[in-house]
Amino acid sequence: MSATLTQAHPSTVTPEMEKAQRAVIDESTRLPVILFYGSAIFWLLTGSLLALLASFKLNEPSLLNQWGWLTFGRVRPAHLNAVVYGWASAAGIGTALWLMARLCRTPLRHSKLLVSAAIFWNIGILLGTLGILSGDGRSIEWLEFPNYSSFMLFVAFGLIAVWAVIMFRFRQPGHVYVSQWYLLAAFLWFPWLYSTANLLLNFEPIQGGAQGAVNWWYGHNALGLWFTPIGLATAYYLIPKVLGRPIHSYYLSILGFWSLALFYSWNGMHHLIGGPFPAWLVSASVVASVMMFIPVITTAINHHMTVRGNFEALKWSPTLRFTVFGAMCYTLASLQGISMAIPSLNKVTHFTHYTVGHAHLGLYAFFTMIMFGAMYYILPRVVGWEWPSARLIRWHFWLVAIGIGMMVVVLTLGGILQGLALLDPGITFMASLDYTKPWLFLRSVSGVLLTAGHIVFAVSFTLLLLKAGSKRSEPTLFGSDQGRQPEPLNV
Amino acid sequence: MNRMPVIVTGIFLTFLSSWVGLVAYPYLALGRYTPVTDEATGDINPPPLSGLAERGQQVYASAGCIYCHSQQVRQVGYGSDLERGWGARPTVARDYMRENPVFLGTMRTGPDLANIGARQPSVMWHHQHLYQPGVVSPGSIMPSYKYLYVTRPIEGQRSAEAIDLLPPDTAPDGYEIVPTAEAEALVAYLLSLNRNYPLPEAPEPPQ
Repeated sequence: MSATLTQAHPSTVTPEMEKAQRAVIDESTRLPVILFYGSAIFWLLTGSLLALLASFKLNEPSLLNQWGWLTFGRVRPAHLNAVVYGWASAAGIGTALWLMARLCRTPLRHSKLLVSAAIFWNIGILLGTLGILSGDGRSIEWLEFPNYSSFMLFVAFGLIAVWAVIMFRFRQPGHVYVSQWYLLAAFLWFPWLYSTANLLLNFEPIQGGAQGAVNWWYGHNALGLWFTPIGLATAYYLIPKVLGRPIHSYYLSILGFWSLALFYSWNGMHHLIGGPFPAWLVSASVVASVMMFIPVITTAINHHMTVRGNFEALKWSPTLRFTVFGAMCYTLASLQGISMAIPSLNKVTHFTHYTVGHAHLGLYAFFTMIMFGAMYYILPRVVGWEWPSARLIRWHFWLVAIGIGMMVVVLTLGGILQGLALLDPGITFMASLDYTKPWLFLRSVSGVLLTAGHIVFAVSFTLLLLKAGSKRSEPTLFGSDQGRQPEPLNV
Repeated sequence: MNRMPVIVTGIFLTFLSSWVGLVAYPYLALGRYTPVTDEATGDINPPPLSGLAERGQQVYASAGCIYCHSQQVRQVGYGSDLERGWGARPTVARDYMRENPVFLGTMRTGPDLANIGARQPSVMWHHQHLYQPGVVSPGSIMPSYKYLYVTRPIEGQRSAEAIDLLPPDTAPDGYEIVPTAEAEALVAYLLSLNRNYPLPEAPEPPQ
């Protein structure tokens, strides 16, 4: 079917032919998408349990403290790396490769490259997580994985980047959609970023002072030039797709893309304000952080104007609800990040739990929520079965939406109290710690909600793979199990 | 924007700019320090780490101390680091030339450790604190690092390296608690953390 379509003159292509071609493309992505998504969900659960343990340990330090394997300083980076690489990156890769095939309008080629990448990837994460717990972690934030693990991840990244370039070579001629710019950029930036940082920090370490700069060049760009472009590419695809209307403004998307590329890459040093670095270097990052206002507001306007008039659809479409939640939190997280780079505010938030709240607003409320949205859209098309239960999706949404909302609020408030106390030399250090304790307890409660949400999602995913329930001819929508019907929509 | 060469070139150049600014420049400007000899005292600053302290640096990395403790004293105007007595002067890049990995840190659930060796110079204090943080420092939520210590029966006389603990962690009768090689190395590293020496770019503070 795809071959005939490729050769057909555009004017003779009917909607039925297009639909059939999309089905062929979706089918071609099945194995790699399920491998990346399935392992991502496994690492999401593992990472959640590690997070809960780390959080409980701050509430009750004597918990499981007889083993070095489970000491706080190992469980916390094991959590971070399991969710950053095991969950978020793998979910992003799974989404990106499906989007690439759809947007290049060609069935996925060379899936063996991707299957090998998935295998390398997961062995790398497993070795890395166990490595950190057993004491091989390097204590370089976001790059704790020991070399035997990061090397495997690099091989996987390399295979995926090669695959992405091949896909681009074989794309159908015509328009290159905004999502493709972001995906191509992410696939080219990240292997460069990851290899440079690992080389200079882990394989051939440079002097300590310079390590600090490279560390945060990496740490911030992992979010800004890897997760953000994939998250935005997904939102740019899913929002118009579900609503059946085009993106509000092509020119805003161009402005948003290039301003992000230029400014985000310079943000890193704002993690080191006041530290032992030349003032201009830190100032350059502060200025670049403030300039982030341009891509953030541009993208926010573009997404908002696309959804405007159709907010009703959030009541019905799981994909849209998760994605729009994520897109809104992108704006929030970015504006918060800009404010945190301003030195007078940074004085309060630096070295506090406020920053941890911000990290979760970015990586979870923005990126992870969009990935959930993407999985709700993509998996039924790839598996050939609709989601078995709207009730499970509803539980998933509310548990994680309330969980992450609560986590960000309590860490923000606790962080401000902690920061103000640290700033005042008249307040003892121990008092600054005491201020955080009730908020750290509430953070554990929010972590339980999130973990419960992840378990619900994992059950839902397993039932989908098993093709549980009866065959549905229509997508599973919120409310459809209660006999309600949405207004006519392209959900 | 349908022309791939333009997109790919732009993607490459924007990232290259930050690579030059935040990787290549820091490497050239901050990554090639040499130690300085203090003409008055003959001391080499920053001082080289002893072999034991160097091993302790790796124990510090392996235990993940960085997730609660920073090692940087910021200038006046950037927090109360100096007023809290966390150092006699702000730290500068040269202070970290021997650090690998560097433990600048981003969180202060615990206090800054840039000069902990000067602030707490007692070996025994550090062992007690690592074993029973909440007893030595009431209200602390630091976990115990008792996995770095062994409890063993006393043979003949009590060993010189055995540590004195307060209840409830005191050793049972006939037993003693001694640091492992890792704990000894970690404490040696903590005691080496003293960046109050003068450097050309960070002169000796007024006493």
